[in-house]
Amino acid sequence: MDDLTEIKSILDTLKPGTVISGGADLIKSRVLDSFTIVRLVAALEDEFDVEITPVDITEENFRSADAIKAMIDRLRDE
Amino acid sequence: MKNILQMLEASEKRFPDKTAFSDGETEFSYARLTRSAKGVGTALARLGAGFPFPVPVIAPRSAAQVVGMLGALYGGGFYTVIDPDSPEERVRDIFDTLQPVTAVCSREFLPLARRLLPGKELISLEEASDGEIDEGLLSGIRSRMIDADPAYVLFTSGSTGKPKGAVLTHRNVLAYADWVANAFAIDENTVFGNQAPLSFSMSVLDVYTSLLCGATVRIIPKKLFSFPVELFGYLNDNGVNTIYWVPSALCIVANCSLFEYARIDGVKKVLFAGEVMPVKQLNYWMDSMPKGTLFANLFGPTETTDICSYYIVDRRFDDAGSLPIGRNCDNTALSVITAQGREAAPGEEGELYVRGAIVGAGYYRDPERTAESFVPDPLDPYCPQTVYRTGDLVKYNDRGELLFISRIDNQIKHMGYRIEPGEIEASVGALPGVRAVCCVYDSVKDEIVLVYEGARRADEKSVEKLSAARLPGYMLPQRFIKVPSLPRTGSGKTDRTRIAAEYAGGNNNG
Repeated sequence: MDDLTEIKSILDTLKPGTVISGGADLIKSRVLDSFTIVRLVAALEDEFDVEITPVDITEENFRSADAIKAMIDRLRDE
Repeated sequence: MKNILQMLEASEKRFPDKTAFSDGETEFSYARLTRSAKGVGTALARLGAGFPFPVPVIAPRSAAQVVGMLGALYGGGFYTVIDPDSPEERVRDIFDTLQPVTAVCSREFLPLARRLLPGKELISLEEASDGEIDEGLLSGIRSRMIDADPAYVLFTSGSTGKPKGAVLTHRNVLAYADWVANAFAIDENTVFGNQAPLSFSMSVLDVYTSLLCGATVRIIPKKLFSFPVELFGYLNDNGVNTIYWVPSALCIVANCSLFEYARIDGVKKVLFAGEVMPVKQLNYWMDSMPKGTLFANLFGPTETTDICSYYIVDRRFDDAGSLPIGRNCDNTALSVITAQGREAAPGEEGELYVRGAIVGAGYYRDPERTAESFVPDPLDPYCPQTVYRTGDLVKYNDRGELLFISRIDNQIKHMGYRIEPGEIEASVGALPGVRAVCCVYDSVKDEIVLVYEGARRADEKSVEKLSAARLPGYMLPQRFIKVPSLPRTGSGKTDRTRIAAEYAGGNNNG
């Protein structure tokens, strides 16, 4: 599975039934609320073996599956 | 004073141009707030719905909700703030109880209100705010109002699932705001960073203490609790100096070690209530904030306006310890009464009973449940006085401070012992890597179930092993369940009922 598919599948586990395209806005559509984000961050850290600090938890980085992927790529490079 | 609106009007005279409420998008000065609320009040009064009458206010989390609330009072009604995120079924339950003849709605909720109140005339929040004001009509209504009139009905989930509508009066709110202002030195320089939804009792503190003192409430957009660094940025940018949040919200900050990444500059007072504040996360806040910051644990039910006892943190507690709920608020009497109906001796457990100006009138359209909880004072059979039974088990420690033990309903009876879930939660919650815990009881299997959130290293085996070293055998949970995050209620508290349903077969009774 590529990274983007993996991210979408994590999102689907957290909020079943939400079909999410890579660019769909997760904040406006309320897929992500404050407690879902906590779970998502934990799942992403586990899956991709990166450390996501509060500085990374911004609206910009979590706006869409594409944005999450871009953040993971960046964190891996660091 | 005898009417909530007098607080608004007095502050409007002193500070017409000062911001009363803002939400990141819209600001209401005291003058604009008064003007808009009178507009809504005029529209409601013209319906001729009688007096007093229920007014549901349906709008997204915003400063405009306050216009709807105060507008309902101007129009001779009492309000119920509907949580815009609650399922339609729950709103229907609330409407069944209120049987409203109208509602004040923002544009986006008009279709919902039309479905719920077919054929009824609805008030548009946006239009009525800018609408005509009939001062004569409004002052006619005011002249008939007394301080025992209902100001709002706030719905809490009853144990049967059917929400109970607690009725709070103008007198209750005036007494409460007065206590808050004195106890925490709130004045016109106070800027609240509001977390509590306006449909939740804790918001009464922010809203009405501000109206009394001419202070400012910055309503924090809900999504900022997802983005902690931005949350701190919002507090700084808006000059927030006082916060009154549920512990779960304070724990978001502590659990991600936010102070290592961001600072807050101006916050001087940190108040919390609504659920037990875990000491580990409180210690993190106290270690991270400047010396002299005030921390206070407030305690009480919706039925006593918001709070009946409080404790200003004056010493350090062990991570696994628990905070006292302290002592009575001004003009509030607390008694601890044993199951036998006598006053508990010092150190003895009993149910907390509350008497005083903050005790509400009862439950709306529900004489049965009102009679169960608002009872004659069992300690004084001669002088007719109503006291509120909280359903909370408490005792005094040897410093004369009240300690909260548990809800009487949640107490676990296991292997012949009476066990307090809170004690287990405090102990396990203090373990390294454990972020949040909730202890429930499966009465069918007779098993204590510990559900928790934690770091990767805090796996079920190691948490169980460390717990076994701290807890007596009979208190050691039979099941440890690690979850990515504990479910929360709309107000942000840990959702005990849902956790019991999911992990203990819904059998959360001792």
